[in-house]
Amino acid sequence: MTANITWAAFSQQILVGLSKTTILFIVSSGLSLVLGVLRIPNVFHGSLYMIGAFIAYSAAMVLGGSPLGFWVALVVAPLGVALISLIVERGLFCRLYEREHLMLLLFTFAFMLVFGDLVKLVWGSDYRSLSAPPILQGYFSIFGLPFPRYNAFLLLIGPLVAFGLWFLTNKTKIGKISRAAAVDREMVGAVGINVSWVFAAVFIIGCFLAGLGGALVAPTQNITQGMDHAIIIEAFLIVIIGGLGNIWGALLGALIFGLTDSIGILVWPQFAIVFPYIAVVVVLMFRPQGLLKSVW
Amino acid sequence: MLQVENIHTFYGLSHILFDVSLTVSEREIVCLLGRNGAGKSTTLRSVMGMTAPRRGNIAYKGSNITGIKPYRAVRLGIGYVPDDRRVFADLSVDENLEISERVPKGGVRHWDRKRVYDFFPALQYIMSRKAGLLSGGEQQMLTIARALMTNPEFLLLDEPTEGLAPMVVRMLETQISGLRDTGLTVLLAEQNQKVALGLSDRGYIIDNGAIRYHGPIDELKANEEIRKKYLLV
Repeated sequence: MTANITWAAFSQQILVGLSKTTILFIVSSGLSLVLGVLRIPNVFHGSLYMIGAFIAYSAAMVLGGSPLGFWVALVVAPLGVALISLIVERGLFCRLYEREHLMLLLFTFAFMLVFGDLVKLVWGSDYRSLSAPPILQGYFSIFGLPFPRYNAFLLLIGPLVAFGLWFLTNKTKIGKISRAAAVDREMVGAVGINVSWVFAAVFIIGCFLAGLGGALVAPTQNITQGMDHAIIIEAFLIVIIGGLGNIWGALLGALIFGLTDSIGILVWPQFAIVFPYIAVVVVLMFRPQGLLKSVW
Repeated sequence: MLQVENIHTFYGLSHILFDVSLTVSEREIVCLLGRNGAGKSTTLRSVMGMTAPRRGNIAYKGSNITGIKPYRAVRLGIGYVPDDRRVFADLSVDENLEISERVPKGGVRHWDRKRVYDFFPALQYIMSRKAGLLSGGEQQMLTIARALMTNPEFLLLDEPTEGLAPMVVRMLETQISGLRDTGLTVLLAEQNQKVALGLSDRGYIIDNGAIRYHGPIDELKANEEIRKKYLLV
């Protein structure tokens, strides 16, 4: 089975896996951020990812499929999702932070259903697709095998987002406050910080990442109902194996998930889908608390 | 400066404070003495609005602050040092101070990071260390330093010497009396009589959630009977 896999094919598949990792990392780091700081297991994070993809599609359509469309969509979709999350947070969530986790879980679950239906109402139940701009279409050759340009673009975006998140959490005041609030929100209030606004900001940043993930994934697959369910399961698993609330854990989890998925496709295509889940099981057998330190 | 009038505070169904009243005047250090579980921390938490009283009134500088949000209390000039050394463990010493820095409305910027490091030189050497890795005494210094960064006029100090080595306690004592000289008003909750009696101008004794005694510190020092009754374990 493995004898006919060449080094080049293997390397290429690793790169494909890494570009899938980028999307998974962007989405699950947002989920993890919200989970860590606000203590909300946000089930509708996946819905925001789907909405991000649909908004990206619509934004590109408005511009009549011009090459600029994709780039505008890439900006408009995450911002649109951030705006939705701002409304939901200020309108509803900010009143519920003191409730128990189960209530919050049910509440976000309800919102996943609501958002799912809203997407159906607004965009209908047809498949949509968004094409990458010409500069990112086509292939170039790596190790003598074709590698999609768009995947290479994703490989550039991934580290940028990781750097942005590192900068945000370690170098900005709001990042430092959110790290403090993740551990002891009452004490953050007791040094004069209005925690409510910090939570709003973190929630919006987390949801922005879901929208960004949705916009980035749009050219690589059909934009469709059900995208939300698929991603939210993967994102939660990634956050759990990485360590709840730990952004670098999300990176590690996304790497494990993305790479086992793409290697699975290479070695045993019919059963590729189970490889990441086996990896999750193996990780949890040895590190039930997650690979990196959980803030919970 | 602070008037607490007949407050009743609960944790869920349990009634913790019964009709507690106390006053602190400007530039005074007042201690609230009591055993473990007597209601000292709950009194301070009530003032901060962290556990709002169900009945009664709390006024600060003449305005009603009963049930205020803690961050608003800080912005009025009330600093809070918690009893269990709740430093932001994931942040460095310097970051702990950085996020706490603020000047209350109408207040003066007396403390910044430089002055705080001058006041607690020990913290300067460990400024980049994670707060969670500090010793008990260092963490206690950091919680006080962090409260000072909010530039308070009135400081709630909850058992600053609890569980610290005698030498560290003596050092903190010197520093707390140094704070008085900067014009700070302090409400100090303590179990350690020696520290509290040495620092304060007046004292209250709290037991089982009710104030049992209050008077000038010299009277309290002389009244061994009452101290035995309420403070000895």
